[in-house]
Formats: sequence, C-alpha cells, structure tokens
Amino acid sequence: MTALLEVKDVSKQYGSDTLALANISFSVKEGEFVSVIGPSGAGKSTLLRCINRMIDASSGTITFDGVNVPTLNKRELRRLRTKIGMIFQHYNLVNRLSVMENVLHGRLGFKSTVAGALGIYTEAEKQQAVEILSILGLSEQMYKRCDQLSGGQKQRVGIGRALLQNPKMLLCDEPIASLDPNASKIIMDHLQNISSSMGITVLINLHQVEIALKYSDRIIGVSRGEVVYNGSPDKMTNEDIVRIYGSEAETLMIDVGDKDVGDKNAG
Amino acid sequence: MPVNTNFFLKKRLVSLILIGILLLVTYGAMVITQFDAVKGLTSIPQAVEWGIKNFYPNQDALDKLPRIWENLRETLLISLAASTVAGVFALVFAIIGSSTTRVNSFLGTFARGIATLFRNIDVAAWAMILLFSFGQSALTGYFALFFVSFGFLTRAFMETIDEVSNSSVEALRATGASYPSIIIHSVIPSSIPQMISWLLFTFETNIRSATLVGILTGTGIGFSFDLYYKSLNYNAASLVVIAIMLSIFAIEFLSNYIRRVIL
Repeated sequence: MTALLEVKDVSKQYGSDTLALANISFSVKEGEFVSVIGPSGAGKSTLLRCINRMIDASSGTITFDGVNVPTLNKRELRRLRTKIGMIFQHYNLVNRLSVMENVLHGRLGFKSTVAGALGIYTEAEKQQAVEILSILGLSEQMYKRCDQLSGGQKQRVGIGRALLQNPKMLLCDEPIASLDPNASKIIMDHLQNISSSMGITVLINLHQVEIALKYSDRIIGVSRGEVVYNGSPDKMTNEDIVRIYGSEAETLMIDVGDKDVGDKNAG
Repeated sequence: MPVNTNFFLKKRLVSLILIGILLLVTYGAMVITQFDAVKGLTSIPQAVEWGIKNFYPNQDALDKLPRIWENLRETLLISLAASTVAGVFALVFAIIGSSTTRVNSFLGTFARGIATLFRNIDVAAWAMILLFSFGQSALTGYFALFFVSFGFLTRAFMETIDEVSNSSVEALRATGASYPSIIIHSVIPSSIPQMISWLLFTFETNIRSATLVGILTGTGIGFSFDLYYKSLNYNAASLVVIAIMLSIFAIEFLSNYIRRVIL
C-alpha cells in the first residue's frame, strides 16, 4: 500500500524560543490505525493540527493524498479539509442544535457559499446521516439536542460528523480523555471498526498507553517535539516507554510484558 | 504542633489598622466638605415627612395621567428602538471583532476600538454632544442611547462569541466549511440565547438612562418629571416617578420571563 500521509522534517515554533515540534518525520499508509503517544505538552495536538493546517507548521513538508499541504491556497485548503475528519477531546459540537444537524455539519465543506449558509442538504446526505447514526447506535437520539447527551454519546456525534465527510483519514485529538472507561471502550471500538470495515486511515493522539498498545497497527512515541519511537506495538519495550515518558514512566504502572492489563489505569 | 498565636494577632492588627485608616479618611472628608453628620442624620425624618406631605399623586395629578403615559410610551419606544438597532450593528461588529471569528487582526482591532470609544463616553455626555447636532429632540436621545448600547453590546457579544462558540468554530473549520457557513451554523445558534439576554439587559438599562437623557433633551418622561418638578407640582412629579417605577418593574418581569424560556 502507498503512503497516504507523508510528514517530513516538520517543525513548529511558538514565539522565539518555544519549539513545539522539532523535525518530525513519519508516514502513514492507507487504512492504517496509528496512535501518537507522549507526555502532556510533547506536541501531540500541535502535530495533529499541522496536518490539516488548523495550525501552520513553521517548516517542513506534509504530503496528503498526493497534495503538498503547506502551499495550498484558501480554497484548496478547504477541499483538503473535507477529506480529513477531525474528532476532538471536548467533542466541539454546537450543543444547542440537534444530533442530526450536528452530523450534517460534516457536509458544509462541500457546499457552495449560498447552500452552505442556508443549510440546504440533499436527501441523499440526510439518508447517509441516518445510516451513520444507526451504525453509531444513536438512532433514538437523532432529534435530541446535543446538550441532553452523555459524554460518550456526544463523542459518537462527533465521529458521525467526521464520517459524513466521507473522509480518507480521521484525526482524533485525545478522543477519550474526558470519558469514563466504559464509554472510552465504545468509542475506541467504533474507531477500530471504522478503520477496518470502511478502510479509513486513523491517526489518533492518546494518553493511555495500554489502549494504544491494544488498538494500534503502529505507535509513534513523541517526546519534547521529537519522534522517539515509531514501530509496531508488539516490539515496544519498557525502555521505549521510558524514552517517551522520561522519568514519569515508573509512576505510570505500565508493564508491556503483559498486555492484558488494559484496565489497570484506564480512564 | 503548637499554634502560632502571633500569626492570628498579626492578622487582627492588620484588620484594625485598615479600619482605622478608613475611619480617618471618612473623618478627613467630612472636615474638608464641612459635612455635619448629626444634622445630616436628623434631617432624614424631616425629608421623609416632606415627602409624605407633598410627594404623592392627587386628583389633579391623575388628570395629567394621559399626558404622562404618552411621554412614558415615547421613552419606552425610543429605548426599545435604540437597543434593538444597536443589537443588529453590534452583532456585525462583534463577529468582526471577536478573536474566534475575526477576518483579520486589523479589522478586529478596528471593531474593538470603535466599540470601546462608544462605550466609554457616558450616555449623558453623548446627549450633550448630540444636542449641538439635533437640538432638543427625541432624535438626540435616541442616538445617545444607541451609541452607548452599541458600544456595550458589541463588547458583550464579543465575549459571548469567544466563550460559547470557540470549540464548535474550530470543528467546523476542520470540516472545510466556509466562513459564512461557520457563522450561521455555529456562532449564531450557540450564542443567540445569551445575546438576547444581553439585549434585554440593555433595554432595561436604557429605560433608566432615557429618563435622565430626557431631562437633558427635553423629551419623553424625563421632560415631564423636570417640568412638573420645576413648576413645584410635586404631586404630578410623584406620579411620574411611580409610572417610571411600575414600567421598569413590568419590563424586568417580562424580560426575566423571556430569559427563563430561552436559556
């Protein structure tokens, strides 16, 4: 399979002395499930946002689906973003609108200015939204307002919105960091299912190492803005974890020798 | 561990010193302004007595009720018009000025600057400035209220937009939605209830300010009060005050009800 996403020597500098990303390079193949792990402030969120240019990288090249991302103009950038769904830690829904309306927001990127502003959706789009919601188990909540939903349900609406874009890739920024272990498992299972059955590439930032080990095809370990591990979860050793998390690693209670300890510190 | 008594002693001492300074400043101010506290306090019953004797509506005053009502209605409508029109302009400026939705930093700073300018000049000052252009007419009062409401609402709307719709704006930008779509589908639905609440608040404040502005511009209910008071017709003046109070209560009740429904 070919590389869908190619990140090369990407750096991001905030101000004059804060280096959030330092020469990051990696590639993601089509259909892969890749987790990015690392301590808080390592630059995981910045890295994800550089890919769809919610944040502009200071230097380096990013190629997505054969397109050179940093040089795109406004219109081309909008077209790129329609191909990349994004899922957030705090769901980022419009809470006062219904589940259905929030999911349909995924189609706004494809609309002309007038149709987008007026919120004119085709029958096919609405039908697809209904199908996606039933896959995500939200059929009964379809016309409820989002502020009446639980955290796990809100995150599923977020996934629905991203899926309605018919994306090639999902960027997930700590999607389960605000959820309890039970809801976390439901969300992770949905993401895994999306990746395997729909062939959508998933790039996900995670806090929980055990969950990353359990679900990913590949793990990228980031520490202080640099890639310090890039490989399969099976080959990950305790030394790698120490390299990613530094001296904190001992307090994380992670034992990669025994990967079934998943719920030891989940949530 | 033994309790350090010095710690509490020190705190008490600091409080005592602060109270002492406060008393000293008050006394100093009284000396400078030659304020006689005893006379001031004893004159309160006299004031109440005068109020009871003179400041009540009688039959003569009630005959003037239709005229008072006419002026009151004018004031209420001017306040309402000033608030709502200011709300429309404020929405546009708030979207341009809010850091979440601004088009670029130059326009953003410009919108913020305009709002600050209009907000920080007091409504009475605006009324006096505008007196030169429009003379003693209802238009002067309207524009004075409009300018201040516009400045205040722009500021309030900006904060609302930043606070409520920041996260969903990010999400819609990530889907590739265009700027007008983001405003209409994310910013407006998230912030409209709070914006209406601010608008109602401005309406209430405007009724109060309109009374004061009316004294300056010679229009509305403020003018009625000024007229009756200066012609020593205290009975009619008291009726004006009661009418203003009742209308403020009624509108506050109404706006609280609307808030309960929309929030």
